[in-house]
Amino acid sequence: MKKLSTIVAGAAVGLLALTACGQEGTPEVGGEGEGQAEAPEYTVAEDVDLSDSETWEAANSAGTLKVGVKMDQPGLGNTEPGSDTPAGFDIEIAKITAAALGFAPDQIEWVETVSANREPFLQQGNVDLVVATYTINDERKKVVDFAGPYYVAGQDLLVAADSDIAGPDDLAGSTVCSVDGSTPAQNITDEYPDAELVTYDTYSKCVTDLQSGSVDAVTTDDAILRGYAAQYEGEFKVAGEPFTEEPYGIGMPKDDQALRDAVNDALEASMEDGTWTEAFEYTLGDASEVEQPTVDRY
Amino acid sequence: MNTLIQTFLSGTWGTLSLFGVTLIGCLIGGTLLAAMRVSPIPVLRGASAAYVNVVRNTPLTLVMFFCVFGLPYLDIRFGSTAAMNSFVLANIALIAYTSCFVAETLRSGIATVPVGQAEAARAIGLSFTQVLSFIVLPQAFRTVLPPLGSVIIAMLKNTSIASAFNNRELISAMRGAIEVRGDIVIPLLLATALVYLALALVIGRVFDLLERKLVILR
Repeated sequence: MKKLSTIVAGAAVGLLALTACGQEGTPEVGGEGEGQAEAPEYTVAEDVDLSDSETWEAANSAGTLKVGVKMDQPGLGNTEPGSDTPAGFDIEIAKITAAALGFAPDQIEWVETVSANREPFLQQGNVDLVVATYTINDERKKVVDFAGPYYVAGQDLLVAADSDIAGPDDLAGSTVCSVDGSTPAQNITDEYPDAELVTYDTYSKCVTDLQSGSVDAVTTDDAILRGYAAQYEGEFKVAGEPFTEEPYGIGMPKDDQALRDAVNDALEASMEDGTWTEAFEYTLGDASEVEQPTVDRY
Repeated sequence: MNTLIQTFLSGTWGTLSLFGVTLIGCLIGGTLLAAMRVSPIPVLRGASAAYVNVVRNTPLTLVMFFCVFGLPYLDIRFGSTAAMNSFVLANIALIAYTSCFVAETLRSGIATVPVGQAEAARAIGLSFTQVLSFIVLPQAFRTVLPPLGSVIIAMLKNTSIASAFNNRELISAMRGAIEVRGDIVIPLLLATALVYLALALVIGRVFDLLERKLVILR
């Protein structure tokens, strides 16, 4: 029996070491920390009637709104180990939208979506809305509709605090890390071929490499990098020169004009009455220098 | 459309380079492990058995984790660029893992060679290495061609794990293509599956040919 418990303990230590590897560098996001603002609450609209919208009808009669979100993007949509609900700016936007459509936060069913399944999930009705760092582009508009944008992200660089790299033009000859196949990674290959690109499947591996000095910079949308910079204060900084524009939109099934108008109205209202700013400051930090985007009703 | 084909072609090339290097490496590694396993020296037998049992029973993702993030901690690096380094490390992981399966397959082939042959070879004065390389292994390889084909095809598909560790191959190509063409996700997934299928069918065909020419039926 003693032997068995030794083995179990050994295995547990091994597992801990492994999980430490995988999760290292995931910044704390959400309201657990001391001194952070209270989670914002949104007024749930009553007597919403969107009977012109098939998606809304179905969700309303089921009593739940299924929202596709990312669960591995710190600051935007991220599920902490041990937690079963995601947190981040995307999540707050989803709650704002849901509230305007008449769904309380506990009526939202969070569905994890990754880049490869957002369009299929919307087309097949597995989710009603997608709020998942979803860049609006023309190819995607062919199969899904977008409300928003609710935020314009830009590709930026996370570097060591004492690094000389101030922008993408300083990248020549240095190694820069991103996620395999992502748009930021493709931008580096296409626009900055003098930089050497390293790709992994998650940003936390990139951050581990940045810590050990194996890479000189990590690149992706600035919102995600801010989360890491906040966690490793004094160690990392965001270069602060965004060099692309990624308008994040809320994806929804195609040709549901009533729903799209309602979501666009909700986003505009939230930007006007300050809930947008509240959500931003709760999740991503100081919003004073951040410009609110204009909703594009294409 | 052209850029998509370009993406997939360079992805296929990435997969094939990983496959090629690992193929050679795992055949050599597997043969060595199998030879150790049947050698007259107990230490070698034990070492081979222990290695096979540990590595074969570890998920490949973990083996790759150890190679890609563990070896650099020991200051083991290859090549001057990060891409070269990752390519070599991924190959080491794939070879370390696949060798176990090659070794076990080969061992089953060695068992089919009648003991009398090895004894006869010893009796005319051949050393252990000579018995193995001239008498036993050639016959063993020819016997196990069909299962060896399955091991090699499994290895081809296992190269996809390298995409998570800074190697550009088919899965990376697929991810990249999906990122730019969100309107045709399912066709892109099917296309990727088709490329793997085509590559695997070619390998299967090669092994069929080898089998027809070489296999020994007892």
